[in-house]
Amino acid sequence: MVLDLIEPTLHIPNLLNLAQAGGLNLDFSQIAPNIPFILGGIGTTLAFTLVSAFFGFTWGTILSIFKISNIKPLKWFADFYTSVFRGTPLILQLAIIYFSSPQVIGYAIPPFQAGVITFSLNSAAYSSETIRGGILAVDKGQREAALTMGVPYTMMMWDIILPQAFKNILPALVNESIALLKDSSLVSTVGALDLMRRGQIVAAEKFIYFEPLIIVGLVYYIMVTGFTWLAQRFEKRMRRSD
Amino acid sequence: MIRTEFLCKSFGSLNVLKDISTEIKKGQVVAIIGPSGCGKSTFLRCLNLLEVPTRGRVYIDDVEVTHPKTDIKKVRQNVGMVFQHFNLFPHMTVLKNVTYAPIKVKKIRTPEAEALGMELLKQVGLEEKAGVYPSRLSGGQKQRVAIARALAMQPQVMLFDEPTSALDPEMVKEVLEVMKGLATTGITMAIVTHEMGFAREVADRIMFLDGGYVAEDSPPAEFFSNPKSERACQFLEKVL
Repeated sequence: MVLDLIEPTLHIPNLLNLAQAGGLNLDFSQIAPNIPFILGGIGTTLAFTLVSAFFGFTWGTILSIFKISNIKPLKWFADFYTSVFRGTPLILQLAIIYFSSPQVIGYAIPPFQAGVITFSLNSAAYSSETIRGGILAVDKGQREAALTMGVPYTMMMWDIILPQAFKNILPALVNESIALLKDSSLVSTVGALDLMRRGQIVAAEKFIYFEPLIIVGLVYYIMVTGFTWLAQRFEKRMRRSD
Repeated sequence: MIRTEFLCKSFGSLNVLKDISTEIKKGQVVAIIGPSGCGKSTFLRCLNLLEVPTRGRVYIDDVEVTHPKTDIKKVRQNVGMVFQHFNLFPHMTVLKNVTYAPIKVKKIRTPEAEALGMELLKQVGLEEKAGVYPSRLSGGQKQRVAIARALAMQPQVMLFDEPTSALDPEMVKEVLEVMKGLATTGITMAIVTHEMGFAREVADRIMFLDGGYVAEDSPPAEFFSNPKSERACQFLEKVL
């Protein structure tokens, strides 16, 4: 979508208005034509969150299994991995992956891809600890019951331990997903056209900051609330065996 | 059917089993009793390698279970186990609990596994509970489902680790009745229990463990009326 630049003269009266009023002066009509452009970022933000959460939780599950395994190098790797991704800022990780990949691997990575990779890797570090806790909280009798029937390790994990672990840590994973949804606004720093970035573009073009940013905030809030509602319904369904 | 040679198990510096060499013949029902902490459960758990013995050997059906090359999963399919705390899978219905391993491990087709599962649930008197989740069952019902689940793998040996210890008194009987019925089918059973009446009535043999050794091993009539070892005398005085 191409944004029409507004004639400089047009917003001078607006600034004057603001000064004259000497207080809060909201005028959403000024940015009304740009609202669809802002809302267009919902898709990007949502796709970004879902894809990152999917890969993040998958990789996090694998890491958590490394952490509880008897194979020392796997455990060391997973622990080291977690310490690195938890010990450095997310925005730095994003910057390194986005800005340095052309230099290091000769591939100009698109912002969306860079974001998904960074956020999946980062989220995996956090969720692996949550999932590890969830696995350890499953009664050890469950494992023994499976073992005594000759159930192989992978099958036991997949069919018996992980379903119970995930059910117990669902609230924590919902938290992680919500954090991911909001942190996704960081991809605006590498130029992906998400909600945040679009709000900033409108703000910068019209020299009106409060209104577009408030709209962006409202949209995030509605998305998080909706997601929470869905998660609660899902959790209820998961608890039907209680 | 089951044979142990010089079986020892230590947890750190604690020697739980010191030297147990014994044999359980095919079709035998053996009750393992003894004071708490004497290693009854540990002994049972060593038989299917839930605990790995520190020393010694365990043979089941002439296969050395403790040999590193033995496929323990294969052996375990032939050895059912019932736990004190049932350990049913809470996220599966009763019937799924019973059919899970036959379908996934033995690769039996679902309709056949379900038919067998219903048959077993009937045997333990719970066919009408097939579709409910374990959380809806009483302790006695859970344990009966656990027995059906273990039987679904059609094992030749059944190990019972204090199957009635976690039950309310009025539920003990229903589980013991199921086990009594099972004992008549010719399956080999090793039962760790505190139910002396049951042991006397159902077992072919009483193994009395004390201090990590088999202190006495005799038929129930003899054991209960005329115990040879002093420790067994003391024990029976307390529990009878």
